[in-house]
Amino acid sequence: MRELKIQPIRNGTVIDHIGNGLALEVLKIIGVQNLDRDSTVSVALHVRSGKLGWKDIVKVENMELVPRKVNAIALIAPTATISIIRDFKVREKRPVDLPDRIAGVLTCPNGNCISNQAEPIESEFEVHRRRPVVLRCIYCERLVDDFLHHLS
Amino acid sequence: MGLKGRDLTSIRDFSRDEIDEVLTAARRLIPYAEGKKSSDLLEGKVLVLAFFEPSTRTRLSFETAMQRLGGRCVTIADASATSMRKGETLSDTIRMLSHYGEAIVLRHSNEGAARLAAMVSDRPVINAGDGAGQHPTQTLLDLATIQEAFGTLRGIHVTLLGDLRYGRTVHSLARALAMYGTELTLMSPPGLGLPAEVREGIEETGARLKEEDQIHRAVRDADVLYVTRIQKERFADETEYQQVAGSYRIDASSLVGAKPKMIVMHPLPRTGEIAPEVDATPHAAYFRQAFLAVPVRMALLSLILAGRLP
Repeated sequence: MRELKIQPIRNGTVIDHIGNGLALEVLKIIGVQNLDRDSTVSVALHVRSGKLGWKDIVKVENMELVPRKVNAIALIAPTATISIIRDFKVREKRPVDLPDRIAGVLTCPNGNCISNQAEPIESEFEVHRRRPVVLRCIYCERLVDDFLHHLS
Repeated sequence: MGLKGRDLTSIRDFSRDEIDEVLTAARRLIPYAEGKKSSDLLEGKVLVLAFFEPSTRTRLSFETAMQRLGGRCVTIADASATSMRKGETLSDTIRMLSHYGEAIVLRHSNEGAARLAAMVSDRPVINAGDGAGQHPTQTLLDLATIQEAFGTLRGIHVTLLGDLRYGRTVHSLARALAMYGTELTLMSPPGLGLPAEVREGIEETGARLKEEDQIHRAVRDADVLYVTRIQKERFADETEYQQVAGSYRIDASSLVGAKPKMIVMHPLPRTGEIAPEVDATPHAAYFRQAFLAVPVRMALLSLILAGRLP
């Protein structure tokens, strides 16, 4: 019943168990405006979930996420699961997983950090704590726990 | 793992054993720093001092330390006279400098600059202050000063007074003291408290952290009163600075009630936080602290560049 509200896709990615209200942020990370024009993007907001109470779901046709985008999703929607669909079948399903280091996903909130200057480097953070997630800038050591406003 | 070839960008780079190694070495090198003994341990080696922000003590004590060990220095003392003015990145500047000497000492206005430099440099990088971030060699000489005065770092009660938000020396110092089980008391003007990440790093070690708002109590309880200057250059606007400027001052009368062996430290330069009359009291330790910069930096240079002492 719940799944029928969104059409099945032949090939693409389903991001399920997104925290309630965060689907639009996930769409921003995916960069839907850059998808090919024949790809359908389905978004379900405020769907009942046994695990979470309420959740959001995003389905994107003809796209598989690169690790960098999975990392960004892991930061803002740590409960999300990602399923790769090929020929209507789930070929791979896994929870998002935050690696120990993530590069190029967030900008450091410290405006005076060297990573925010005109240097040929990517921002990079290491996980300081996992629950709840707190990251530490590898350059200036600033701790970050507000990821929504610092996605690069 | 020895210290030879190592970077020092944050005090977190060194374990407690390694900090102890530097402090022990520094004590042995005091006669060399005083010119009573001489050494050519670093003869033929060049230390690159890249100072993109003003400095007196840090730069000159590094130069003195290198020369007392028989080495030489090349120095950028004025960033406006370099190609960084033309828009050259720090990364490029450091890559080039790393081929001009055996190690680089860097002071820069951006936090994390030394970490970046260490990543792109083929040679060891020593952080001599990055913005409001870290100043680990200052921390080592602060520890050396406390250890010399009390014979130990364990169980000493240190009160940090002043600008704990922008004062980079206290960030590194507080972290290091926490490793030694030091009792720490904080006292700062409103809005200039210790940043959350520094506080968290201290509390993770299990160290005790107290807040104080009365100078006389802070003085009475302390073994070490560590006073810092308000970092005017880090304030976004002048009015914000004026609101807190001059909000604390230690003079001879504030020291009434202090423990006889209590020492007053200051990373210098001072701008009125400590009255000159304090200099004549037995509590004044800041000029000794400034001298110990030389043996401590000699110890670091010996261990990083030669892997041994004279």
